[in-house]
Amino acid sequence: MNSPDRSWTEYSKGDGPEKLFEKRTQVHPQRIDGNFRRFKWLVMIVTLAIYYITPWLRWDRGPFAPDQAVLVDLANRRFYMFGIEIWPHEFYFVAGLLIMAGIGLFLVTSAVGRAWCGYACPQTVWTDLFQHVDRFVDGDRNARMRLDKAPWGAGKIARRGFKWTIYLIISFWTGGAWIMYFADAPTLTVDFWTANAAPVAYITVAILTLMTFVLGGFMREQVCVYMCPWPRIQSAMLDEKSLLVTYKDWRGETRGSVKKANKSPDEYGDCIDCNQCVAVCPTGIDIREGPQIGCITCGLCIDACDRVMDEVGRPRGLISYATLDDCEAEASGAEPRPVWKTLLRPRTLIYFSIWGGIGLALLFALGARTHTELSAAADRNPPFMLMSDGSVRNAFTLKIRNMESRPRSFTVNLDGLDGAVMWSGTVSRDNAARVLEVAVAPDQTKPIRAYVVAPAGTAATDFAFTVTSNDEQAETDRSEVRFVVPGETE
Amino acid sequence: MANKQEPVQRIDEATGTKTVGHEWDGIEELDTPMPRWWLWSFYLCILFSIIYVVLYPAWPMVEKATEGTLGWTSRGQLAEEINVAEQVRNTVNDRLAQIPIERLSEDGALMQQAVAGGRAAFLVNCVQCHGSGAAGSMASSSLAKGYPNLNDDDWLWGGDLTAIEYTLTHGIRQQGDDMTRFSQMPGFTGVFEDAEAEGLVDHVLSLTGKAKPSAVGADLYANNCASCHGTAGLGDRTQGAPNLADAIWLYGGTRAEVKRQILTPRNGMMPKWQGRLDPVTIKMLAAYVHSLGGGEDFAEVAADPAVEVDEQP
Repeated sequence: MNSPDRSWTEYSKGDGPEKLFEKRTQVHPQRIDGNFRRFKWLVMIVTLAIYYITPWLRWDRGPFAPDQAVLVDLANRRFYMFGIEIWPHEFYFVAGLLIMAGIGLFLVTSAVGRAWCGYACPQTVWTDLFQHVDRFVDGDRNARMRLDKAPWGAGKIARRGFKWTIYLIISFWTGGAWIMYFADAPTLTVDFWTANAAPVAYITVAILTLMTFVLGGFMREQVCVYMCPWPRIQSAMLDEKSLLVTYKDWRGETRGSVKKANKSPDEYGDCIDCNQCVAVCPTGIDIREGPQIGCITCGLCIDACDRVMDEVGRPRGLISYATLDDCEAEASGAEPRPVWKTLLRPRTLIYFSIWGGIGLALLFALGARTHTELSAAADRNPPFMLMSDGSVRNAFTLKIRNMESRPRSFTVNLDGLDGAVMWSGTVSRDNAARVLEVAVAPDQTKPIRAYVVAPAGTAATDFAFTVTSNDEQAETDRSEVRFVVPGETE
Repeated sequence: MANKQEPVQRIDEATGTKTVGHEWDGIEELDTPMPRWWLWSFYLCILFSIIYVVLYPAWPMVEKATEGTLGWTSRGQLAEEINVAEQVRNTVNDRLAQIPIERLSEDGALMQQAVAGGRAAFLVNCVQCHGSGAAGSMASSSLAKGYPNLNDDDWLWGGDLTAIEYTLTHGIRQQGDDMTRFSQMPGFTGVFEDAEAEGLVDHVLSLTGKAKPSAVGADLYANNCASCHGTAGLGDRTQGAPNLADAIWLYGGTRAEVKRQILTPRNGMMPKWQGRLDPVTIKMLAAYVHSLGGGEDFAEVAADPAVEVDEQP
């Protein structure tokens, strides 16, 4: 059996003394073209474009709010995403999105295997990007392997310097794009280059530049194989009905060259042992050894194998996306199951309904939420105040939230507590009434002190403040509190 | 021991690492070298500490530690930070120093800052008597009577900003200040018979409907009390005479407490804060007390009010 480039199970082969540590072999994937490679290009371009361009999109929110489409404004504790604005106390929307992302990964995994790992994971995308840089600077697989073995000379130093400079530029650009999500992008860019940005901006860029440089430029597939928890979770989630990149050993074995196969066709399978599938693999594994943690299911080996099969005139699909069940059925000569049957099975449907249910609930909550909120807290020191005419006064701190980006005025009302009137710090007691008009600046919470006074003899009782926005929306909210009087023990 | 063996170091086949040479019942220990990254971190830490010792205070000596070449001290850093904080405060303080207290309410933002500053000053200087909620003796029935509640609308000497600031500045019954607020409730022990005193208490409590009117008491009141407390018992703020016809009693509103205050009156004392607090702090305190809910409407703004500007830093 011809040994592949490298193997994850080398230690168990038993030739020579047992090795407990396997030194990493640099992976030099070969250039390949095909459907999966084109799809990978597409996903890479789209995801990188989203990442780099999003902070520069503008979104008009009027004069009182930032015009950046996606902005995590930590300083002012606001999160803007196009038409949606989230306040810190509405963080459950973000939690809901994260839960959706988690269940979404389950859904994708059970339906199409490790598609996230193969195409959309940032580690995959940036590793792919850096591998294209390798190819651009040093040439394809064989040239790169030669250069790796070559002694350090002026030429190699120049090439490495050039390559690592490109790595650094990409890394810096990556780190720089990240901070744009947290401040107005054009302003921050100017500030950044004129040394006026906050130290945390420079530190963040430095850390992310370094991380991208090391993780994308050097560690690459080791992140997936050794560091990332996701492949471990996934290996527990995959079953015989999940789509995997699979080598059909019943068709391929025994491997042999075209020449040998022509000589004795009964003895050999379709695999001509050209090792193309290993050469193109970005994580350097041999898919013919079966499903393994190093396989991110990017499908590049399918592209490579299909091309070879075309060349030697054998049917495509020796390596293909298939479930283990399908492979078994196919081996015993049954008809292959249609893809939609693989996708639409109870497990994926349950995941999808949970995922969709949470999504709908979030959308409903988003649509139903009001932009007016009121919270009232009673003063506790002193809890009540006897006035000179014998009446009793309680003081409350009302917080009125105007969650729209325009100034609004609100009417606060007393609900219950008959005979009581109130006034605030800006209204004198002479003008006390059962309503208060309060103007609140755009996108702000306004605290006011409300003094509620009830005539002598009023008993302790529960009542509520209500707030109504004085506009066509007429949004309302209420807050229940208790009116306490001297002599009442709480 | 007799069977002591010389350690024999050998190369472990599987790992290619030397053993330390000891053997315990067949168990050997690998002499695994420190990982490269660990060693480098270690060397970097040593380098860092050398630079640190040169730049910053490090070696403890007899008197004090060695001074670093940067001249940094924790006290110096604190002083710098306090300096910065004070510069921020100074802009507010300057504006507060310039504005007459009657006009403070015209500037809402400044008023808010004054109230906030006043709250802080109150917690340091005033809570000992008036309580942390400024409710005075009213905060609990177990407290000694006589510490005024600053939240209510009953003011002995006036409850507008100017009056409060004046009380704060000069105090009440403060010895050694000619401008202090002064009044004295005379004691009537030995002047009134007990029955007369009881009648007077009846009359006073009848003003709020808590007792039946007494002819004896009414007569005594007209002759002895009305000059300060007014014929209807409404009090007089110009001389700090309490209103006897309201629900608030500084020294308690029961028969015994009212009688005691007639026979052996207590006269509370409020320290003057001029000279102990700067005018800006007093102004902030006045704004805070005024904001507690009993503050009265502002006095007419004089055409050109005199401002006392504190020249001290």
